[in-house]
Amino acid sequence: MSLISTLARLEAVESGRAQPLATVRHRHVAERPLVLVPLTTAGEAGAPLGALVGTDREEPRLLVVPQPRDRDLRFAFLADLAEAVLPYVEDFADDVEAAERSETDPETGKKVKVEVELCADAPQLVVPGRAGVEYVRLLGRSMRFRRTAEQDPETPFPAPPRVPLLGRWLTHYGERARVPGSSLLLAATDLLNRHWATGQSSLEDQHLGALLAWIDPPEGASGAEAALRAELGRDRDGQLLCPPAGPATDPAFDNRLLAPAVERYDRARHALASAEDGEAADERLGDLHRAEREIRRLVLTQLRPTWHAVWRALDLVRALPPGPRVADRWTRDRWSFTGHRDRVRAGEPPQPRRDDAVTAANKLAARESAQTQLEAQEALDDPLVMAGRRLTGEAFVGEVVEVTMAWSESKRPAPRPLLTVRTDDLPHLAEGVKAYRSLEGKPQTAQFVRYEDDGSLVLRVLDRMGRGREPAEGSVPEKGDRLVWTLFEHDQRVGPKLPDPEETPWTHGGPPRADATESPDPVTPEDLL
Amino acid sequence: MSESLGSGPVRRPQTTLRHRLAELRGPASAPHPLDARALAALAANPGCRRRALLDGAGVDKAALASALGAPSGFGQSQFAFMRGNAFEAKVKADGGAELMRLLGVAEPEDVRVPDLTAAGPQGRAARTALALREATGAGAWSLLDHPMLALEVAGPPAYLEPDAVVVHPDGRWTVVEIKSFPMIDGSADAAKVGAAARQAAVYVLALERVAAVTEGASVAHSVLLVCPKDFSNQPTGSVVDVRKQLSVTRRQLARLTRVEDIAAALPEGVSFDVEACSPEQLTASVEAVPHAYAPECLAACELAFHCRDRAREAGAVEALGRSVRGELGGLTTVGAVLAAARGEAGDPDDPAVAALRRAAALRAESLQEAAACR
Repeated sequence: MSLISTLARLEAVESGRAQPLATVRHRHVAERPLVLVPLTTAGEAGAPLGALVGTDREEPRLLVVPQPRDRDLRFAFLADLAEAVLPYVEDFADDVEAAERSETDPETGKKVKVEVELCADAPQLVVPGRAGVEYVRLLGRSMRFRRTAEQDPETPFPAPPRVPLLGRWLTHYGERARVPGSSLLLAATDLLNRHWATGQSSLEDQHLGALLAWIDPPEGASGAEAALRAELGRDRDGQLLCPPAGPATDPAFDNRLLAPAVERYDRARHALASAEDGEAADERLGDLHRAEREIRRLVLTQLRPTWHAVWRALDLVRALPPGPRVADRWTRDRWSFTGHRDRVRAGEPPQPRRDDAVTAANKLAARESAQTQLEAQEALDDPLVMAGRRLTGEAFVGEVVEVTMAWSESKRPAPRPLLTVRTDDLPHLAEGVKAYRSLEGKPQTAQFVRYEDDGSLVLRVLDRMGRGREPAEGSVPEKGDRLVWTLFEHDQRVGPKLPDPEETPWTHGGPPRADATESPDPVTPEDLL
Repeated sequence: MSESLGSGPVRRPQTTLRHRLAELRGPASAPHPLDARALAALAANPGCRRRALLDGAGVDKAALASALGAPSGFGQSQFAFMRGNAFEAKVKADGGAELMRLLGVAEPEDVRVPDLTAAGPQGRAARTALALREATGAGAWSLLDHPMLALEVAGPPAYLEPDAVVVHPDGRWTVVEIKSFPMIDGSADAAKVGAAARQAAVYVLALERVAAVTEGASVAHSVLLVCPKDFSNQPTGSVVDVRKQLSVTRRQLARLTRVEDIAAALPEGVSFDVEACSPEQLTASVEAVPHAYAPECLAACELAFHCRDRAREAGAVEALGRSVRGELGGLTTVGAVLAAARGEAGDPDDPAVAALRRAAALRAESLQEAAACR
């Protein structure tokens, strides 16, 4: 945490309200995102309990598994989830624009431009918190290797038709969420924490209810009071007023309300199975429906507050003006979406359990460069973020007090003007260090030359002044200009290219084996939890 | 403390201390047993005297927290509890055949499973030590189901119950930790594995004391973690090296201030008897022992919400995170930091104060700039 954000937290403690950490919005928020609030059963891996899902905040779709240990009911839930999510995802797949991508021609080995499709927009998933993001990954992993009856007529417990496909999409979204600055799958807590500093620790900030209480406290209450109520407030029956944002439920809810309701449901099911005549069966079917309705009601009480909290978080973040470079990062997300759409359409197999060496190295390199790019772009978009970089000596703001024209000493002299800049900041400059400023959205490079006696510094401008002897109009700063210079580069340099997977050296496991296909998870009686 | 760890059971008359701790706890209430999870949590915050004393005295911290009006949110869902028990039973079924298979034992029917039943924790610990000695001498595979180990922590002994300990034919002892979180594609949640490793390290530490007085015995510094595989109920094992956790826990437990010293420094009339004392008395008693609150406590200590209240009331910057403290030099309260940042107090030559003032100025400047742009 930088000193500036620590200071913001302390100010939040004093004022009782969250303080801004950003002056613009640094993440893309879609016009029509799909909000997903999942709940899971304690102690079970991949046994969902229920979910609220949808793009309309007034009309979420409630999905509930009345007995999470029953495989058929779990499959029914996943099939319903697929019906809620996949049409939304597929809505975006066909609205495309033409784009160009450079590819290496396999015959000549030259780089050529290829016309490709790029989806005009991409579906965006929003979950309450980081645990929700992990849960999306887990759901994806649990579904993508399942086989449907169509794929494999022999499979003992076939999955409903669209479930494996949903697994592949959720896996892709979960994977993309690990790329810094990406917005395909967002956690509401991350969104809020990026833009506001609360008067509590970053651990406590993972609680969506408490976080919202600091940012948007109810009238007359301080953030700290409202957050405490959100964390610990319980009603007369000992239930939390603000249930956890999931996917884990509150143990008190499980033990006092859910477990008895599930037991009633089990009893009703047994009774129905042992019914002897039609009349008794009808009656017992009614009991079963009542028991199921009761579980649905209970699960909804846990989900609804979080559902509204996620939408409230989106409202708050939407109220900020978007940073100019957010659209650029969203375009990368659109590429990511389009790429996966193409892989699905090409009939490629689901993502493997483990990446091969080259894919893994590529992913890591992409995340690293996304991280540096995000840091640079956020600073350029937002003076408050830039202030943090100025404090650490990685950037400075200065007024140009003098411009001296000079030229390079080559056969065709090019302009190399010298700028004298006065600044109160303390950048880490040494001879030859390069500084960059943004000129019409592109970085212009200058080199540090020396300090003057009065402490102002001299920079030599190196590029973006046109081809002629005289610099192009407007390309050289003028006296009196107040400019932001950064010591970090604005764009990412692309690292060395990795070999194709087929060329993986033996030190890294060798080329992937063609015969190693991913088999589905074995389904055994053990699978019944 | 440091000399008593790993150097065999050295006993000192403890009746007076035990008596004193029983008084603090309240004579009517049974001591709350200190388990490995609590020890690991204690080791994570060795500077907290409050926790060391309350745990040492066996006070039921959850009941105390409720009496203080800041109940903890801890609890276990019965679904998770049932699942955990069912999974452990499955792993240990048929004389531990499945467990021995995970250890690579080809013929699990030859495994000895000694009976460890005895009266009381002391009796069970003695029975366990005896069984360990016999098993080591037998030169065969043995599985000890829920053995009992004693470990002295800052004074009184804590009784620990690992899920299982396996004795190898060569006299090596391995701790087995059975957890019900899944291992998916060979990897499990790092935070949960870390917690399991810290807990197992405490068992290894306790076992080493027994091994020191057992001929031919040694304790493996890697433990077997058994978890459900992927989304099934099928157990899978992974050997986890706990050397790092072991040295950290050993050092931290050695650093714990002795409970005697903390108890001796208490003023007259301090009592944590939840039954007999009023909330005001309890609050005053708890206040008499200094705490070292950090946000990490929220996940590990029943009293955390109470201590957080106090830390916030005092304006302690640690309430915002341990790392925050490091940036602020000698300034320890919110008020002092903000006053220094605004130039109302503090020595401008202090680098921490100077950095704060620059940070405050830059922050104010950028916020103004942004407001002007709107």
